[in-house]
Amino acid sequence: MAATASAMEGDLTRQNASVLARSIAEGEVSAEEVTQAHLDRIAGVDERVHAFLHVRGDDAIEAARAIDRKRAAGVELGPLAGVPLALKDVLTMKGVPTTCGSRVLEGWRPPYDSTVVERLKAADVVILGKTNMDEFAMGSSTEHSAYGPTRNPWDLERIPGGSGGGSAAALASFEAPLAIGSDTGGSIRQPAAVTGTVGVKPTYGGVSRYGLVALASSLDQAGPCARTVLDTALLHAAIAGHDPRDSTSIDASVPDVVGAARRGDVRGLRVGLVKELSGEGYQAGVSQRFDEAVRILEGLGAEVVEVSCPHFEYALGAYYLILPSEASSNLAKFDGMRYGLRAGDDGRHSVEEVMALTREAGFGAEVKRRIMIGTYALSSGYYDAYYGQAQKVRTLITRDFNAAFEKADVLVSPTAPTTAFKIGDKVDDPIAMYLNDIATIPVNLAGNAAMSLPIGLAPEDGLPVGLQIMAPPMADDRLYLVGSALESALLDTWGHLLIEEVPAL
Amino acid sequence: MTAITRSDVEHLARLARLDLSEEELDHYAGQLDVILQSVARVSEVAADDIPPTSHPIPMENVFREDVARPGLDRDIVAAGAPAWEDDRFRVPRILDEE
Repeated sequence: MAATASAMEGDLTRQNASVLARSIAEGEVSAEEVTQAHLDRIAGVDERVHAFLHVRGDDAIEAARAIDRKRAAGVELGPLAGVPLALKDVLTMKGVPTTCGSRVLEGWRPPYDSTVVERLKAADVVILGKTNMDEFAMGSSTEHSAYGPTRNPWDLERIPGGSGGGSAAALASFEAPLAIGSDTGGSIRQPAAVTGTVGVKPTYGGVSRYGLVALASSLDQAGPCARTVLDTALLHAAIAGHDPRDSTSIDASVPDVVGAARRGDVRGLRVGLVKELSGEGYQAGVSQRFDEAVRILEGLGAEVVEVSCPHFEYALGAYYLILPSEASSNLAKFDGMRYGLRAGDDGRHSVEEVMALTREAGFGAEVKRRIMIGTYALSSGYYDAYYGQAQKVRTLITRDFNAAFEKADVLVSPTAPTTAFKIGDKVDDPIAMYLNDIATIPVNLAGNAAMSLPIGLAPEDGLPVGLQIMAPPMADDRLYLVGSALESALLDTWGHLLIEEVPAL
Repeated sequence: MTAITRSDVEHLARLARLDLSEEELDHYAGQLDVILQSVARVSEVAADDIPPTSHPIPMENVFREDVARPGLDRDIVAAGAPAWEDDRFRVPRILDEE
């Protein structure tokens, strides 16, 4: 079993973060060697996968050497010291290019660290570089990146999910054992599902949004991604907690996610099946693997109950009004005046014309679509009918969750209705693309915590299927309790993690 | 709900400061209409007595201590500016010519 192995046995890039951290702490391997192994892997395979938009190279090696020096000097290091990480390009890191997958920010180097990056640095995690994403996190396939799509390591003709396809693909191609994503409607969980990796959207307010470039401020949440539940928990603990620089940050102690991941126990736990998140619209192999996973949980001692959330069918509509409304406002700042791209500044065009030319040249098709939908939904005469109504639906969905959590401790569903689809299949069909998020969106509207973890391959196409676990706000530890128990049971059945079955690149 | 016309899209693009091409105006007119029709179902369920939720975690008026803190370094900000002149952002003309 990989978890008990030493990192010295075999390829460093195949190891879990917890194993690497222990081997580095015990001096069996240096942080520099671990970082170099991952940079070599990126150099070898990323031309085909395209998970990264920027690789830090020498700077990452220098950061690793500094950690080795600290260790040699006897300075106490964090539980993930020296472990490499892939950072979604939506979070600022001082001096490191941050594009959000958009031309409008090409070449921009942020003047400050996001709180997530600050905490990663404090935890002695080595940041390898920035990962590809749908432009400003708008999308479910990473095809809407201005820098070209990321490919799914399970099949390079298929999408890795989105918007955080780069982070998920980096994990699944063994370019990094840890990654950071951001989840506004499923952008951590859906990529995790279609790449056979683990991803968690923490409770809204659980991880600081300071330095996270805003898509929809009332929905955005940064979170941890990895190949195992325990690694995800260790990263969660490193980045979570109150931050006075984010006024929506929750001022309370972080749930014990690492303890829960180590315990992994579902005995006596009530697991609710959400009736509305199954059946029609879900691929047969996805439903089959999901049903099997539920039976495993039952076998482990969980009490399975069915719950109904009747307003979830309106969640997609509410989301695609609230998100564009907030996005159209948040993206107004990209006007070419203070940073980023400026187009048409030839002495003839007025400032307003330059703004319009800049935004026309700097934004891609999906961003323009959503800005205009949001502008429409917020305009006078339509505000009540669209944005106002969507906010009421949000209340109804939260009430559905509250009622369901009276009957169950956690809720489960498939993470995504299908496995990874082919690149190009849905890129100009917005409605088909939006349906990918049908099971993940309700959580964002209500602010809950949720995880996706791999539960097998769909028999019809041999591609990974993810199971979503949903917990009430600030009960993030329950995700890890259930996820870890299920992961252990599957490990016993298969003899290895699902990700070990990914084809060699 | 009313359908979105090509001139509606033109108006929205102007409000949103997007200098769309003719082809884009044609393309988006159809797409925006489909999107809005498919999301319009939200009005079926939300009755008058349902309060709106603007934010998932109820909180209000989060203040910090009113103490001066250093801002961003001017040179770093200047380095990121598309145009910088005499220690200021240089912008295109703001007023129309006579």
